[in-house]
Amino acid sequence: MVQLTLPKNSRIKTGKTWPKPEGATNVRKFSIYRFDPDAGENPRVDTYFLDMDKCGPMVLDALIKIKNEIDPTLTFRRSCREGICGSCAMNIDGINTLACIYGMDEISGDVKIYPLPHMPVVKDLIPDLTHFYAQHASIMPWLETKTNRPAKEWRQSIEDRKKLDGLYECVMCASCSASCPSYWWNGDRYLGPAALLHAYRWIIDSRDEATGERLDDLEDPFKLYRCHTIMNCAQTCPKGLNPAKAIAEIKKMMVERRV
Amino acid sequence: MRYLTDRKKAVGMGSAKTGTAHFWAMKVSSVALLLLVPLFVFTFGCALGGTYEEVMAYYSRPFPAIVAALTFIIGFKHFNDGAQVLIEDYVHGMAQKISLILLTCISYAAMATGVFAIAKIAL
Repeated sequence: MVQLTLPKNSRIKTGKTWPKPEGATNVRKFSIYRFDPDAGENPRVDTYFLDMDKCGPMVLDALIKIKNEIDPTLTFRRSCREGICGSCAMNIDGINTLACIYGMDEISGDVKIYPLPHMPVVKDLIPDLTHFYAQHASIMPWLETKTNRPAKEWRQSIEDRKKLDGLYECVMCASCSASCPSYWWNGDRYLGPAALLHAYRWIIDSRDEATGERLDDLEDPFKLYRCHTIMNCAQTCPKGLNPAKAIAEIKKMMVERRV
Repeated sequence: MRYLTDRKKAVGMGSAKTGTAHFWAMKVSSVALLLLVPLFVFTFGCALGGTYEEVMAYYSRPFPAIVAALTFIIGFKHFNDGAQVLIEDYVHGMAQKISLILLTCISYAAMATGVFAIAKIAL
């Protein structure tokens, strides 16, 4: 049965409030989710204040500044700092997005930062994406061919290559899947928008020869048909992609091959 | 504690190789209801305010009776399919199976009741 309230040991408490920077005139408040599994305590929200005149424009800049100058125990993932690696996905101001490409000027008022929702938390802002990655692997995200390998390369027309635009750009940050209510309730069986977008990327690849097998593997009330076109995935995707459309296209192909 | 790999947990028991029929059936019944519901409202509206004899006579005619019967059949089939999705979303385990059985019983009982009532009037 769906769980509508958090278990007791997951309820968020008020945490530590760090002092404001001295002499700063342009101060901004940051409320950040903290959880340390080794401490045996409930999660808490710590409050930090930053001098925005001495901070970069992106949310990730602020997080790095807090970690470097205020609280070195604050834990988060980051790598490329330009929206390519997908590491720094988190819930900022109520939206799942990448901290490195989300500007603080897009947020009015205090900046509230939480880990991706409905994912197990490893520590602070780091979600456990093990299952998410395993689901991605299960859709065979590679070119499957049966014909003998050509001498040079698998050829693809410009038109067919264009069909992959809007799909191949996905960086697997999990923002979409973590924003999907269907994935919240049935994430153990529903593949979620990210994995399904990747599945569609290979289904429509003109070079791939496993289209039928791929559709067979997806034809399931839970793996595919938990998508109810809620569209949170498209709204939240920090790369501006539309996983809901990709899922709808898969459903269309499912119908086309039988009706 | 079960030592299952992440991949095994993700794949589960594999694909059920079904779901499209249910998806397509809902699309078909949606289109049917798009036509039937306005017709049902129109025919029902025509009978409103009439005396007992007038209403009985109206629903003895083939068109209103068939529209009403089809609306009951397709409407409750659509309700059954839609509520099944709801239950699958939010209820899990044995409670899900019991809920689905109850839902099917309620849907077909409602459908049969509606059709019986119309048949009794019309025939």
